Amino acid sequence: MQKLNEMRVALICAVIAAAGVIAAPYYIDLFQIMQLTVFAAMAVLALSLGFIWGYGGILSFGQTSFFGLGAYAYAVAAINFGDSTGAIVMAILIPVIFAALLGYFMIYGGVSDVYLGVITLTVSLILFNLVNSTAGDFYKIGDARLGGFNGMPAIPTFNMPGDPGYILSPEQAWTVTGLALIVVYIGLRVLIASTFGRIIIAIRENETRAALLGYDPRFYKLLTFMIGGAIAGFAGALYVNWGAFVSPTIFALGLSAQIIIWVIIGGRGTLIGPVIGCLLMQWMVTAIGGQQALDANFILGAILIVFVLLVPKGIAPTVVDLVKSRLPKAKSDTANSNAKVKA
Amino acid sequence: MTTPPLLETSNLTIRFGGVTAVNSVDFSLKETELRCLIGPNGAGKSTFFKLLTGQLRPSEGHVKLRGEDISGSLPHEIARRGVGIKTQVPNVFNAMTVEENLWIAARHKHTPAFASDLAEEILTQLRLTGIAKREVGQLAHGQRQWVEIGTVLAGEPELILLDEPAAGMTHEEVERTAELILEINRKRALIVVEHDMQFIKMIAKTVTVLHQGSVLIEEDVATVLQDPRVRDVYLGKGLAA
Repeated sequence: MQKLNEMRVALICAVIAAAGVIAAPYYIDLFQIMQLTVFAAMAVLALSLGFIWGYGGILSFGQTSFFGLGAYAYAVAAINFGDSTGAIVMAILIPVIFAALLGYFMIYGGVSDVYLGVITLTVSLILFNLVNSTAGDFYKIGDARLGGFNGMPAIPTFNMPGDPGYILSPEQAWTVTGLALIVVYIGLRVLIASTFGRIIIAIRENETRAALLGYDPRFYKLLTFMIGGAIAGFAGALYVNWGAFVSPTIFALGLSAQIIIWVIIGGRGTLIGPVIGCLLMQWMVTAIGGQQALDANFILGAILIVFVLLVPKGIAPTVVDLVKSRLPKAKSDTANSNAKVKA
Repeated sequence: MTTPPLLETSNLTIRFGGVTAVNSVDFSLKETELRCLIGPNGAGKSTFFKLLTGQLRPSEGHVKLRGEDISGSLPHEIARRGVGIKTQVPNVFNAMTVEENLWIAARHKHTPAFASDLAEEILTQLRLTGIAKREVGQLAHGQRQWVEIGTVLAGEPELILLDEPAAGMTHEEVERTAELILEINRKRALIVVEHDMQFIKMIAKTVTVLHQGSVLIEEDVATVLQDPRVRDVYLGKGLAA
């Protein structure tokens, strides 16, 4: 009953958010809309790590591998297909296949959590160097030149499905990206409430116990890892749609670290937390970028340290705890029972 | 052709470096048999359980379940074949409610609705209904033991291994645990590791004594408790009672 209510609240919030996404272009200028579009694309990326780390207990330091692969897959496919619909499918499919292979060797190979982080980080750096060295005419897939460190410019952005001649306007692209974020969020909520979601939380809580009950932790972890890859790849397509450009820096260390920071600040073990963390930090980076007094990385580093020390749970869980502590005792007790498997 | 025993180990051995924790154990358990496994600390009881459930791989020897060799199988594969275990330290899903712990265990074999019904039934049987919505991590040690027993039951195994089920329980709870074990034993086989001799007397028929990784004696409970070798290895602890 509690979960049903929570789901109902989430759905109502999603409908309100969707209405806001659709209404935004009427009230906000184009520059802001463009900013919001890239924020939303990055929030989808944050959700991918929020899901696999917060619920699956898998800390991937290289979520940018899938993000970048999705971006490049979209770029190559969109240039060759001349249509974005199939390209979006490729942006999900290629990272999923890559996640399946990488995940299989790591998870079925019994790699421990720490080394999984190291391997994923290394893989993203390998991809960075690999794509970085693809300059020249030799490196092209069909009509698409990979462009090495210069990246791929002038990538076709989203068009109306079935009508490649109808290119979405920046406002429409925002609507698609904003709604995509909401759909991914709701999709993950539903997934977490499902049997699969319960099982991956159980495995995160106690892998040995889950195995002793007959669940194969490796299978569930691999699936979780692949779902994370799919979402990150999709975020890559959304990102390219925003800028019509992709370069190897998409695989770089800086972004990998940022995703983790978004999740830590927003709150691990929730879905709304990574979205809040991502939006907040990106907004701050943009705001700090406008001044010269202090280096942005210095301020971001300071914020991270403050959060780790003073708000270790992150924003979303801390707010939930605060609200609960102000509720009457009886209510807070019932709510408590589902505290850690909600949001 | 005779039916093979439910569980059979032959020459089961595991070594950690120079230490042989379980040493050439031949053990056999019939369908719906209740066996108590005793022995001083370090006798290899918990290690023996880990070998049976696939948490450790034997260095030598075999474990057979209904005649099929399961040595080297993974824990989830052995669990699917019908072996459930309550470990020595409560091994539960702390961030989930009592109800959810049982549901997850039951869900493996059943539909969500049936799993809920089964979880409900076990909650009633174990008198856990009052704390069904509580998060397991917030419960007392004894209650968590019950929750773990509940999850094991919800998985509906044919062979249940209980590692010190009465540890940390009150006298009343110990009696209830004994009753519960006898009730479970009407349908299922159990191996119970326990230090509490009063408890052993309440439930045991046949007792196997492990000492330094090997079987010291395997007899009915009265004989075992009178055996001077058993007294020696236990230094008389609790056996005079």
